[in-house]
Amino acid sequence: MELINLSAIWALIIGFGVMMYILMDGFDLGVGILYPFAPDEHARDVMMNSVAPIWDGNETWLVLGGAGLLAAFPLVYTILLPALYLGVFLMLAGLIFRGIAFEFRFKSRRNRHWWNRAFCWGSMVATFCQGVVVGAYIEGFEVANNVYVGGPFDWLTPFTVITGLALMAGYALLGATWTILKSEGHVQEWAYRITPKLLLLVLVGFAIISIWTPFVDDFVRERWFDHLTLFWVFPFLALVCAGLIWRSVAKRREGQPFVATMGLFLFTYLGLVASKWPYLIPPDITLWEAASAPESQLFLLLGVLFVIPVVLGYTAWSYWVFRGKVRGAGYH
Amino acid sequence: MELDPVLLSRIQFAFVVSFHAIFPVFTIGLASYVAVLHGLFYKTGNPAWDRLAAFWVKVFAVVFGMGVVSGIVMAFQFGTNWSNFSQATSNFLGPMLSYEVVTAFFLEAGFLGVLLFGRGKVPEGVHLFAAIMVAVGTFISAFWILSTNSWMQTPAGVELVDGRFHVTSWAEAMFTASFPYRFTHMALASFLTGGFVVAGVSAWYLLIGRDVEANRKALSMCMWLLLVLAPVQAVVGDAHGLNTLEHQPTKVAAMEANWETQSGVPLLLFAWPDKEAQENHFEIGIPRLASLILTHDLDGEVPGLKAVPKEEQPPVWFVFWSFRAMVAMGMLMIAVAFVGLWLRRGGRLYRSRPFLQTLRLMSVAPFIAVLGGWFVTEAGRAPWLVYGMMTQTEAVTPSLSGWMVLATLIGYVLVYAVVFLTGGYYLTRVVRQGMLAEEPRDDEVETAKRPLSAAHATLEADAGRQFGS
Repeated sequence: MELINLSAIWALIIGFGVMMYILMDGFDLGVGILYPFAPDEHARDVMMNSVAPIWDGNETWLVLGGAGLLAAFPLVYTILLPALYLGVFLMLAGLIFRGIAFEFRFKSRRNRHWWNRAFCWGSMVATFCQGVVVGAYIEGFEVANNVYVGGPFDWLTPFTVITGLALMAGYALLGATWTILKSEGHVQEWAYRITPKLLLLVLVGFAIISIWTPFVDDFVRERWFDHLTLFWVFPFLALVCAGLIWRSVAKRREGQPFVATMGLFLFTYLGLVASKWPYLIPPDITLWEAASAPESQLFLLLGVLFVIPVVLGYTAWSYWVFRGKVRGAGYH
Repeated sequence: MELDPVLLSRIQFAFVVSFHAIFPVFTIGLASYVAVLHGLFYKTGNPAWDRLAAFWVKVFAVVFGMGVVSGIVMAFQFGTNWSNFSQATSNFLGPMLSYEVVTAFFLEAGFLGVLLFGRGKVPEGVHLFAAIMVAVGTFISAFWILSTNSWMQTPAGVELVDGRFHVTSWAEAMFTASFPYRFTHMALASFLTGGFVVAGVSAWYLLIGRDVEANRKALSMCMWLLLVLAPVQAVVGDAHGLNTLEHQPTKVAAMEANWETQSGVPLLLFAWPDKEAQENHFEIGIPRLASLILTHDLDGEVPGLKAVPKEEQPPVWFVFWSFRAMVAMGMLMIAVAFVGLWLRRGGRLYRSRPFLQTLRLMSVAPFIAVLGGWFVTEAGRAPWLVYGMMTQTEAVTPSLSGWMVLATLIGYVLVYAVVFLTGGYYLTRVVRQGMLAEEPRDDEVETAKRPLSAAHATLEADAGRQFGS
């Protein structure tokens, strides 16, 4: 009984961490993806300034998730990372270049355009790889005796390329609605203009994935189509959010598009969780089979329960300090 | 040539961890130094301490930032290249490494921001408290990592059930036989690193006659510290070696390139250990000295490499020479510290150009020593990953092929080259900019509260001139 509870608590914590990561790093990666499409250098300054103070706090969730997985569900860590080996490297390289670009773009004058490129390409590569991970996750992993036995490129399939591109569109949408919230004038107007286009891209991507998934995965098909489940509320709410984005952009609301986009991501994420539950490593390893020893889960739980409120409080405080519109090009 | 995923994974891990290691080693020492400077300012009110603190905290911030970047890679290495090891040890390793992350986050969330950006905004007492907490936090971080590493060297408090380690006693697993020695040795190494870097930079400022008063204070303080710590480190290192002799005799045999178990072993100053032939070429040694050092007896018996089969011997030449590099640097540090003491007479410490130039060069010595020491302890336990319980071959990710590891290894080399050359170059810009008469205040809301933002130097030489003091 104790085992079940601890693993369930850990699943909640890591699920929460992943969600936080997607939402928060999502919009700052999205800003990077939109970089080449920005109307001018002033817009780029505003966009980067709007995420510069908070992006590295956003990435703490990635590291916490990685370490937490090793401690609580080691099988996820030791099967997914080998399976996604080359993709993980590309993602890390992308995140590193992008992180360094944040720091050095402002300290650089002559070579600023190089840092612009590093920021944009790093964001695109990292996002694409994360989308591919989602796709590979849906497709499942070839495992024998708790060890990954598939090939080095199993993660790269037509399906995962689609999920990679769809996530790029999704993060770009988050980035665009974030820009609406944080900017004004012609930058904001540009963000308003591109948001409906991005929304269409996202919906097309989601439609392709939703139709395709039941074909690549019998388990998902049975879960969704064998009988009507309560889970259908998630895609329904996701569509409601999409409608809200559309309407609020048309009415030129400032905060609503971003909030609705977060809702869109949340319900899609919950839908994905519902598709796979209780399997943590599709197709056949459950949450409980992937767990570490209960005493190990408990040992770390004490520390994490203490630190998560602190990190959340610090995060909230950072967003509060940097609230409001970002103006001007001057960083210093 | 066959690409061996185990060997390449070892090289990859050695590469990323070596890069990563130099940052924390430096920041741990520097954090304590910054806390001391804040304490001195708080107590004496002398603005020279305040300016030194404001300068060194900027250096700290840049190095800390680079450490965070290289740390992200480390968090994934265990899973990508050593998945069997991660799976087998996760019950212990998972919580330990996670606690390190948790400590680092807590530190960053709570106190680093106040230390980096609180100058002039919070009361000096609060600022001092934040500085102390950051210094303490870096040690707690080091605790988790070194405790985990010590467990891999001298495992205890676990039982192996169906190929997975289960913790039977957290206390025994966290505080293993080699842990106190390793931790003390590394803590002192961090102080020595911080001390020699600060001494080197202060010496450079004195050479060009900048901020003479403050830098004399800094140099004098460092030289006293080094005078005590450098010899103490030799004693602690000796104790650590004796502890290793007890628990990992093969490693010590490799450090001394001693093939036969025998008494009256010479201390080799030069040799070319040949593992294939199981003997040394070109030996030059001092008779009986190794026996004396290791057993504190001229005729003491020292275990030899041949006590274990060839497959269980570490790469002898690598361990042998890494150890010599570390010891040579240690001797050099002690010598410089004593020359510094002698030069204090008549204040030549601050004026002797040859000595100040030497100090400048000595800034790299502790880094060489630290890397040498880590090469000894890590390569020296080969072929074991968890000593006596799991080999490197058993630990590696089964699905890896050699070319995958080689490709990512080349990738990491390229990424790190760009990132750390830029970072290192930027660090030299921060140092060249030196202490500003009036520190820029970050009052604008737009300024990010991130480590690297604490430094204000620009990246390019020409653009930086406007900051010239």
